[in-house]
Amino acid sequence: MLKLIPHQTNIPFLNFRKVTLVASLLLVLGSIGSWLTIGLNTGIDFRGGFLIEVRSNAGPADIPQLRDDLGALGLGDISLQEFGTETDVLIRVQSQNLGESEALSEADKAAVVLVKETIGDDYTIRRTEYVGAVVGGELREKATWAIIAALGAIMIYIWFRFEWPFAISAIVALSHDVISTVGLFSVTGFEFNLATVAALLTIAGYSINDTVVVFDRVRDNLHRYKSEEIPFILNKSLNETLRRTFMTSITTLLALGSIYLFGGAVLADFALAMIWGVIIGTYSSIFVAVGTLAWFDLHPKDDEDETPIPEYER
Amino acid sequence: MIVFEKWKIALISIIVLASAVLASPNIIGGADDNADGPFGLSRINLGLDLQGGSYLLLKVELEEVIEERLSNSVEAIRSEMRGERIGVRNLNSDANSLSFDLRKPEDRPKAREILGQILGQDLTITDTDQGFAAAYSEAGLQEIGRMTVEQAIEIVRSRIDETGTKEPIIQRQGEDRILIQLPGVDNPEDVKRLLGKTARLGFQMVDITTTAIEAKASGRIPPGSEILEAADGSEQLYLVRKRVLISGDMLDDARPAFGQDNEPVVSFQLNSTGGARFGKITGQNIGRPFAIVLDGKVVSAPVIRAQIFSEGQISGNFSVEESNELALLLRAGALPAPLSVLEERSVGPGLGSDSIEAGKIASIIGLIAVVIFMVACYGKFGVIAVMALTINIVLIVAALSTLGATLTLPGIAGIVLTIGMAVDANVLIFERIREELNRGRKIVSSVNAGFKQATATIVDANLTTLAAAIFLYFLGSGPIKGFSVTLAIGVLTSMFTAVMITRMFVVLWLNRTRPKTLEI
Repeated sequence: MLKLIPHQTNIPFLNFRKVTLVASLLLVLGSIGSWLTIGLNTGIDFRGGFLIEVRSNAGPADIPQLRDDLGALGLGDISLQEFGTETDVLIRVQSQNLGESEALSEADKAAVVLVKETIGDDYTIRRTEYVGAVVGGELREKATWAIIAALGAIMIYIWFRFEWPFAISAIVALSHDVISTVGLFSVTGFEFNLATVAALLTIAGYSINDTVVVFDRVRDNLHRYKSEEIPFILNKSLNETLRRTFMTSITTLLALGSIYLFGGAVLADFALAMIWGVIIGTYSSIFVAVGTLAWFDLHPKDDEDETPIPEYER
Repeated sequence: MIVFEKWKIALISIIVLASAVLASPNIIGGADDNADGPFGLSRINLGLDLQGGSYLLLKVELEEVIEERLSNSVEAIRSEMRGERIGVRNLNSDANSLSFDLRKPEDRPKAREILGQILGQDLTITDTDQGFAAAYSEAGLQEIGRMTVEQAIEIVRSRIDETGTKEPIIQRQGEDRILIQLPGVDNPEDVKRLLGKTARLGFQMVDITTTAIEAKASGRIPPGSEILEAADGSEQLYLVRKRVLISGDMLDDARPAFGQDNEPVVSFQLNSTGGARFGKITGQNIGRPFAIVLDGKVVSAPVIRAQIFSEGQISGNFSVEESNELALLLRAGALPAPLSVLEERSVGPGLGSDSIEAGKIASIIGLIAVVIFMVACYGKFGVIAVMALTINIVLIVAALSTLGATLTLPGIAGIVLTIGMAVDANVLIFERIREELNRGRKIVSSVNAGFKQATATIVDANLTTLAAAIFLYFLGSGPIKGFSVTLAIGVLTSMFTAVMITRMFVVLWLNRTRPKTLEI
C-alpha cells in the first residue's frame, strides 16, 4: 500500500517552536499591515456597484477595445477582467450615486443601459449583479459579525469540551488562519466578496476540526503519561495524529483542486482561498495551536480529574 | 466475533435504501430539471445561479407614504378650519409631523375637537405655545408600514403574475423590504420597469378659468388647482383641479384595444360606484375637458362629448407595448408606495447550465481522485471508506431533495468539499485501529477500541464545523445560504456514515473472513 507518511514518526515539532512563532508573527503582522495599507479589493457585495459578465459571440474578447469603449462613457471606475476563458469578461462599474441614495438611482439605471448598449451585439450578457450602497454596508456588517460569532461559538465549545488553555490556543490558531487568509487576499488583490467570507468560515471550521483532533490526543496522553514533560506529550500527540492530519489534508486538497481546475470561474477564487486555508490550517494546528498550548501548565491538577481506564483497555 | 445487532443492520439498510429511493429522481431522466421526478418525489431545487433567473431586493418607500398622508391631513385641516371660521397660520408638515398656529387663542378648544376628528388614532396631538403639533406614534408608523408593505406585496404579485413568470417567489423581508425571485427571467429590466411605476390613476377636471401657461407665468395658480406635465414627455402643461373624481381602485378591468383610427388605446370598465359617479360627472360637464392623470402626469385630456357610465377608453399616443403595459398596471392596481431596487442579481440560462456542467465534472473528478487515493493508502479499508463515501453522497442528495433545500453553485462546492472531508472520519478510525494493533492488541479488541475512541473525536471535530455552517446560514444571502446548508447536511451525514456504516462494513467483513492479521 501507498505509504506517503511513515506509520511511526518522531519529529520534534516543538523544537521548531521559536522559528514558527516568528514566522507566524510575521505572517499575522504582515497580513494586518497589508490590510491596513493596501486594503482589500472588496467586491460589489460590500462596496456597492455593478458587475456584468459577458461572453464574446465570436472568438476571444477584445478587452483593450472594450476598455476604451467603456472608459469613454465617463462612468468612473470601470474594471475589466478576463474570467475563466478568453471569451468571457467580467465588467465592474462603480455605483453612480455612492453615498447619496441607497437605491438604484436613475443614474445607475442609465449607466447599465449605456454599458449594455456599448457592449453591443458582439457580446452576450451572462450575468448582472447590482448591490446598492446600503445593502453593501449591511452585508459587510453581517459578514463581520458572522466571523466574530463563529469564532466565539467555536471558542466556547472548545472551552466546554476541554480546559481553557485549549480554548485560548484554538482561538489563537483560528485567528492566525483567518487573519493570514485576509492578508493573502490583500496582498494578491483577489476580490474579497461574500464567497470569500464563506471560505473564511469554512477555513475556520476545517482548521478547528484539525486542531480538535490533535487536542483530543493531547488530552488522552496527558492522562496516559502523567509523569512525562509537557513538550514530550505534545510532540507525541502531534506525531501520533500526523498521518491522519496529512491524509485528510490531501483528500480535501484533491477535492478542492478539482473544484479549482474544473468547477468554473465563479468557484475558482473560492477554491483557491480554501486551498490556502487547508494548508495554513494544517500548519497552524500543528505549530500555532500546539505551540501556544506549550506555554501552559497542562498537567491535571489532581487525581480526581483522571478518567478511569475504560474496560476495553485493561 | 464482534456483535453488531441485527436490528441495527436492518435500520441502516432501511435508511440507505430509503435515501437511494429519495435521491433517485435526480438521476432518473426528465428533461425539465426543476419538475418533480417519478412517483411525485421531489428533485433538488436549483438556485437561481444554476437554473438562471433574477433576484431583486426592493425597498418600499414608506417615508413617502407618511409624507403624503401628512400633506393630505394638512389640506383637510386647512379646509375644515376654514369651514369653521377658525383662523390658522404657519400650517405645514415635514417628514413625520405637522404643525400650525391659531390666530386667536380662544379657538383652541374648538380647533382641538376638529383636529381630533380629522387625524384619528394614528397621530398623537400635542399643544404648542400658539397652536398644535401632531406626529405619528411609533405604533402608528409600524401599523402603516405593515399595511403598506402587505398591500405592495399583493400588487407586486399580481403584476408579476400578469407577466406570466413561472413560480415567482415574493416575500417580505425585514421592516420595509420585498424579496423577489424570478426563475428563468434573466433580464429583469421589464419587471423592474413594471414595478418602478406606482400606477396611480386619477380622472380630474381641467381648470378652464385660466391656462396653465398663464398661471405659471403669473405665479397665481387658482386655489385647489395644480400644474401637471404631460406623460409623453412633451412640453405641454395642464392646469388641473386637484380633486380626484375617479381613481384607479374604481376600475373593474382594463384591456389593451384599438381606437377609431386604429391607434393603441386602453379600454377600461369601472365598477358600479365608479360608473355611477362617472355618469354623473360626464353628464354635468359635456363640452369640458377632463384629465387622465397617471402618477402625477397627464396621459391625455379629452373633451367630454357625451355622458359616459362604466366604459371608456384612454388614448395617449401609446405604442402597442405601452398600451399593453398600462392595461396590465391598471388591472393589477396601484402600489401604495413607490418601490426602489436595493440589490439585483440575475444569471442567464447559459451561465447556469455551464455552472451545473462544471460542478458535475468537478464533483466526479474530485470523487475519483479521493477514491484512488483512499484505496491506494488503505487497501481493503480504503474500499470500505469509499463505499461509505458513496452512501454519504446518496444521503446528502436525498436530504437535499427531501428538505426542499436549494442547491446553489457554492452548494456544489460544499458537496465536493464534503467528499474530501468525509473520509476524515474514516481516516481517524482506521488510524486508531492501527495504533491499537501496534500496541499488541487483538484484532477484535483493536477494532472496538479504535471505533470507540475515534467516535468522541469525530463528534467534537464535526460539531465545530457544524457551528461554522450555522453561522454561515444566518449570514446568508442566497448562494451562501445554499453552501451552508449543504455543508451542514454533509457534516451530519458524514458523521452518521463513519460511525454507523463504516463500522458495520468493517464488522461484517471481519466476522465473515476472520483474518489472522490485519493490515491498515
